[in-house]
Amino acid sequence: MAVLRPFDKLPKLNSVVLLLVGSDEALQQKLAEAILLEKRDFHISIHIAASLPLPSERDHLRPRIDLVVFMIDIKSKYSLKNVETSLAHVDASFFLGKVCFLVTGVGRVNACSIETNAISKLAEAYCSPVLFCELELEGIRVATAQRLLRMLQICAGHIPGVSPLSFVSLMRNSDDD
Amino acid sequence: MAEEAPEDGGTRTLPSLRRLSRALPFGRTHGRLGASSSGRPVVSALCSQESVDPQKTAFLLRKAWTLYSVTPLYRFRRARLRDYARLLSAFIAAERHRGLAVAVGAEMDIAVRLSSLAELRGTDLDQAALLVQLSSRSRASSRSSEDKPVWSGWFCSMFGDDLSENIPEDFTSLPLFLSHGAESYTALVGSWFQKTFDCCFRRLAISPQNLSWMVAMWAGCGLDTAASAVELVFSVPRLAQPLDIFYAIHPEDAKALWDTVQKTPGEITQEEVDVFMDCLYAHFHRHFKIHLSAAKLVKVSTAIASAHCDGIVKILHSQYLPGVLMLLTELAISQIQ
Repeated sequence: MAVLRPFDKLPKLNSVVLLLVGSDEALQQKLAEAILLEKRDFHISIHIAASLPLPSERDHLRPRIDLVVFMIDIKSKYSLKNVETSLAHVDASFFLGKVCFLVTGVGRVNACSIETNAISKLAEAYCSPVLFCELELEGIRVATAQRLLRMLQICAGHIPGVSPLSFVSLMRNSDDD
Repeated sequence: MAEEAPEDGGTRTLPSLRRLSRALPFGRTHGRLGASSSGRPVVSALCSQESVDPQKTAFLLRKAWTLYSVTPLYRFRRARLRDYARLLSAFIAAERHRGLAVAVGAEMDIAVRLSSLAELRGTDLDQAALLVQLSSRSRASSRSSEDKPVWSGWFCSMFGDDLSENIPEDFTSLPLFLSHGAESYTALVGSWFQKTFDCCFRRLAISPQNLSWMVAMWAGCGLDTAASAVELVFSVPRLAQPLDIFYAIHPEDAKALWDTVQKTPGEITQEEVDVFMDCLYAHFHRHFKIHLSAAKLVKVSTAIASAHCDGIVKILHSQYLPGVLMLLTELAISQIQ
């Protein structure tokens, strides 16, 4: 079974690769377009998948993936289940800062079908940061795109001195102190 | 249970479901309140020995009530109910003269009655429920026996200790408001209360997650009489033509399923509710290949009560009235806080 591994391919020069995994394709497209609109001086390629594992036929054509973003829609329990089953197909060394959970749809509090406790337990179990956003609002979509782009640069090693392992600081809840 | 702090700009904090981790007083035995030591939300049973007179509360049953959450009322005096009724009817008459006509056939006078329902409360710390009734009286006869009720609404607090403990003096805590009747009357009565007691009314919407708690709790209650089916209504978003899915389950099957899922009688955890709903979704998927977990749960109805996500409930059984009201009070309190 094709398991995503972070370091089994060589990186390309001056380029970053993002993989978005989620059950809502329209939302993934919106986010991808927002990211592509950002000003940058490197090449970016965004891959969109409904679930993992990725089809193994095209594996040799696929570049090395720098950051995997799992998108969970708070209005749909199915998206959470989808993400949970996909997580099994990611190699453990990816979870050293190269995986991020993106929870969308938080603007509509009255439509939530998932308990936030379940999401935080998932994030703790997989040692990865969680970002909450509402992609229907343009301002937040742009801000989320900027954040993801920054994380992507760090994961690809483009920022000297900052490693993706430092993303663990994004996970600290202020209540913990 | 940790509250989630929003990590991205501009998002709202999601309501903590710790609020819902409380009692299930459907005639079960005493249990403990609050979270278990492992921090999981645990719902325990409360002994519900309410001597709720079925006759007095019969008018509450089988009506579709619209839910609102109300912030505490300032300087509300129970002794002055008659004065308040007079003021409210004067206010309504004045609004109608101003041209904010409420009903066709404006030859009717509106008579207002405020009364207290002492039985509808959880503990002695709760305030007794307050009932507001508007009835139309034709000008031809002034006998009150000919009044036709046109609108009724009531404030209630059932085990709302969390809110009433911490409020300062002079404030009365009645966080749940239910109304039945024309929306225009609700607006009039609401604006009078807001002006007089400096409170704030907000429509109480019920999220799909809370609806699944309700169906799990209510489906598990045994009723001796022939019960109606447990029905779930889903709406599928973002299609060319909106699709509604009605999923009806035989009440005994639903109860049997819940009995296998629930581990400790008198306690409900979020995991058990999730397992219960997942079983229902998996069964539907096996037959129809549709993932109900991706659709939005819009309405649930059981033999005990039915609830719609827009905040409309109908209570069908007086025995479980305190339990349902307690759940709704919790939702109202969590919306206020």
